[in-house]
Amino acid sequence: MIRPLTQDELRAEGETLGRALPPRTVLAFEGELGAGKTTFIQAIVRGLGVSTPATSPTYALVHRYRGRRGPVFHLDCYRLRSADEAADLDWEGLLAEGDAVLVEWPERAGPWLPAPARRFRLHHLPDESRRGLEAL
Amino acid sequence: MAEWVLGIETSCDETSAAVLRRDESRAELAGLSILSQDVHRIFGGVVPELASRAHVQVLGSVVERALADAGIGLSRLDGVTVTAGPGLVGALLVGVMYGKTLAFSLDRPLLGVNHLEGHLFAPTLEDPELVPPFVGLLVSGGHTMLLDVPAWGEYRLLGQTLDDAAGEAFDKVAKLLGLGYPGGAPIERLAREGQPGRFRFPRPMLQEVERDGPHRYAFSFSGLKTAVLRTVQRSPGGELTELDHQTRADIAWGFQDAVNEVLVAKTAAAVDALGYSTAMVGGGVACNRALVARLRERLASRARVSVASPRLNTDNAAMIAAAGAWRLARGERSGWDLEARDDLPLPGLVAPQPVSGPDA
Repeated sequence: MIRPLTQDELRAEGETLGRALPPRTVLAFEGELGAGKTTFIQAIVRGLGVSTPATSPTYALVHRYRGRRGPVFHLDCYRLRSADEAADLDWEGLLAEGDAVLVEWPERAGPWLPAPARRFRLHHLPDESRRGLEAL
Repeated sequence: MAEWVLGIETSCDETSAAVLRRDESRAELAGLSILSQDVHRIFGGVVPELASRAHVQVLGSVVERALADAGIGLSRLDGVTVTAGPGLVGALLVGVMYGKTLAFSLDRPLLGVNHLEGHLFAPTLEDPELVPPFVGLLVSGGHTMLLDVPAWGEYRLLGQTLDDAAGEAFDKVAKLLGLGYPGGAPIERLAREGQPGRFRFPRPMLQEVERDGPHRYAFSFSGLKTAVLRTVQRSPGGELTELDHQTRADIAWGFQDAVNEVLVAKTAAAVDALGYSTAMVGGGVACNRALVARLRERLASRARVSVASPRLNTDNAAMIAAAGAWRLARGERSGWDLEARDDLPLPGLVAPQPVSGPDA
């Protein structure tokens, strides 16, 4: 089911999810450029108690934030040209240390992606003031 | 007496080494070698392209090349400087381990350098007149920040991006327009053929520069990227492949105009607010000539703008050696326990709004 949400609703949804997230959770976020992944993840990260804004890790591949319970890792596999490149991302280290691991463009990590507890897909909608949130 | 300083940079995609010759008055670039992913690809694509493995395979020869450029051997080095963060830990580790091993075996001082401080020092290699105080605009694929630099080693964060970096916006819009990666140069080329004003995109956070609020010097480029996407979808044909060349050029013009207007307005406002007579632009987006020309025009008689040449704007080891040499000359040293840190903060960085002291 794709739920059409305003930006504010998407943020509220994300914060709630972040606040209730069990420790050591992997979340995956699919969706085209501009579909709202950043907005949703920023809200989840706020819910995890991170005070600095989550910024796009497209270039650095991994961003680390200080969350309430421990490090929050924010990954973006957008730039990976093949799943083989994902092997270099030290997934074991991220999982061992991270309170939460949030992965954008997870499909580009192929088999290297650790099994996510939840997977979301964000959609562009004809109504441009809304984004579609789908729990896969 | 002149000192020779080696710089090593492996924080992201580029593997780079540089040799600086530093005397009392200035540092001069003696050798620089940069191997990028593009080069890896030209070499037949058999080199694993990402980060650590690629760095491991080529760092030794990249260092040799820089030393050969400088015409010296390893034994002449007086110090080893290496990027310790921020960046991708696996990639940083290659340079840090190499630097440590080299410094230890040569019995020379080691210094871990912050990558962003490197960008601030880059123009000094060509423009020795660049001395604080100045306003620094760092714009790259991974960073967009405005800094007050009252003195070398003292940095005050005025503002930064709340979502996407400026260079990332260029890369992603280039992709939407069917251009290559990295996207900065192709967009600037295409924009030159663009018709000014046909497309007008939002200027995110521009209004805030007039107010004395927390986002006065903040940036945001995620929404702008989405606005370009909508425009591409709405254009005749509705698909990228259907866009005619002129429309793509017009979109490129409109996008670049929006990004540059925000970057210039905020940098100029900071220069005015601080009363400085110098601004510098660093990072890959500093290669955008339209940006630099616009900033120079805006600041005209008020302040001069210092910008390095393109090879020193994108990630390189010369800037690491420049920042490192300055710190080595002050007697700073890193221990053999130097670690690579993905979230390494700028040394001497003060946040935009100082947190008040603990409650009494």
